[in-house]
Amino acid sequence: MSKTRFSPFTILLIVLGLFLAVFPFVNDSRTMLILFTQIFIFSIFAMSYNLLLGYTGIVSFGHAMFFGLGAYAIGICMKKLEPGWNGVLLAVLITVALCAVLSFLVGILTLRLKSHFFAMLTLAVAGLLMVTAEKWRSLTMGNDGFTFRVPDLLKDRISLYFIALVFMVLTYLLMRRFTFSPVGKVLVAIRENEQRVESLGYRVLNYKIIANVVAGTIAGFSGILYAVSLRFVNTSVFATEVTLDALLMTIIGGVGTLFGPILGAALIEIAQHGLMDLAKVHWIFERWVILFGTIFILVVMFFPKGIVGSALQWQFKRKNSQKATLDKKERSKAATH
Amino acid sequence: MNSVSVEIEKNKLKSIIGPNGAGKTTFFNLLSGQLKPTNGKIFFKGEDVTRMNPTYRTRKGIGRSFQITNVFPNLTCFENVRLAVQSQAGVRYRMLSHFKKYKDMERKAYELLELVYLGEKAMELAINLAHGEKRKLEIAMLLALETELLLLDEPTAGMSLEEVPKILDVIKKIKEDGNRTILLIEHKMDMVLDLSDSIMVLFNGKLLADGDPEEIMNNDQVQSAYLGGLYDDAS
Repeated sequence: MSKTRFSPFTILLIVLGLFLAVFPFVNDSRTMLILFTQIFIFSIFAMSYNLLLGYTGIVSFGHAMFFGLGAYAIGICMKKLEPGWNGVLLAVLITVALCAVLSFLVGILTLRLKSHFFAMLTLAVAGLLMVTAEKWRSLTMGNDGFTFRVPDLLKDRISLYFIALVFMVLTYLLMRRFTFSPVGKVLVAIRENEQRVESLGYRVLNYKIIANVVAGTIAGFSGILYAVSLRFVNTSVFATEVTLDALLMTIIGGVGTLFGPILGAALIEIAQHGLMDLAKVHWIFERWVILFGTIFILVVMFFPKGIVGSALQWQFKRKNSQKATLDKKERSKAATH
Repeated sequence: MNSVSVEIEKNKLKSIIGPNGAGKTTFFNLLSGQLKPTNGKIFFKGEDVTRMNPTYRTRKGIGRSFQITNVFPNLTCFENVRLAVQSQAGVRYRMLSHFKKYKDMERKAYELLELVYLGEKAMELAINLAHGEKRKLEIAMLLALETELLLLDEPTAGMSLEEVPKILDVIKKIKEDGNRTILLIEHKMDMVLDLSDSIMVLFNGKLLADGDPEEIMNNDQVQSAYLGGLYDDAS
């Protein structure tokens, strides 16, 4: 990619960015604004999940634990303290600290195990946190959860939209930087062939823990944003469905691609929203999970690389075949001369 | 493996031969740390490495290639080698600097690919390479680690006959550099004889003979246990 000529993909990103920047001013539907904000928030969550699944090849079923920690941290801070910026800052600090420590501990204890054991253990830890949130009623109000007030700036739908957008873009840039760094390259290698990475002299466990901590902390941020957008939090933020949503978004959008999770999050959020509207037409649409299940199976069977992944592969193939025909032409030229 | 005791001389090429199941690869696994011995000790440069895991042994200077092709399939050849160079350069935990910043590493990766005649394939995915090319890629990765000891497990296994001389060429080049100790498992006797400074023969997990090439060729025990049989197989 040269600096003077942008690739089609960069142009697409710029157009998309401009569209998202002006969208709140041309659109006056609150529902759309909220929907877009949700997409941004879940994009962040899915991107963090993708770092594990797509780049490092780690399957986690408990990624919701970080999401939930962030959500509860902001909720409790806002409720127990007054809803000001100090509280928000405190919640952010608590989230970063808790997520980093938890992901580090979970990583150090379980990442040395084989992948499916790790998946099961993360599921258990997320379940443990969910039970804690349910039982620690004085702090969390149990299963029912609680509503809380937030600073005015975060209450305003338009400013929240922009805050979420900025966070999404920042996360995207951070991911880009991270995956192109020497560490990011090792993570991809671990996904490809763990044993070989070890025999090259890298300590695989350390890299997996790094990935887990980065992914966990970012997921915590998405949890904060999620709770702020609802101004409500209950135990469902720890539910396995949250992790599965991220899994679905990542796989449909494209595992191991930077833009995939964003596209996946957009598709799934829009589909959920659209299908719920269609529930008036036919009852089956109310059970959108059934439809999702079907789509999911089809995607895994026919587009295992997801939308972005398949597009990239197609582009790569085209480039190669172009090169091959060029080579052939040159060779035949050489032969005739 | 059963009470095999050998000393491997520095900067020499030693070949290991023996029939299938003799324990050649097991011997390598013990040296590189994939397996731990039930008893006995392994010393490397005077240091006891018996309990050391593979990662640390690599850092100490024991590099190995595998008999089964073992590369990163969905990465480009260049990236495969670059990762090895990166490890050798000690760039381990840089999280926010772009990998392209490390020009020296890129240059070295290209040089190594050229050395094993893969320069033109640098941007191809490793999965799309022919078998022999994968083996060459693996040797490039191994060289990138700049280990003093190279363990080559049948580098020519499964290669077409036209490809074999090129690999021999590569190994010869490394040997002539003179600063590496090479241990080679190989089935192609002519190649072994030409290249080796010494040969050790394994049979049923035991050390049958150890000496310079002529000595081994003239050893009756070796002839009957192994060489005769091999030539029958090969023809």
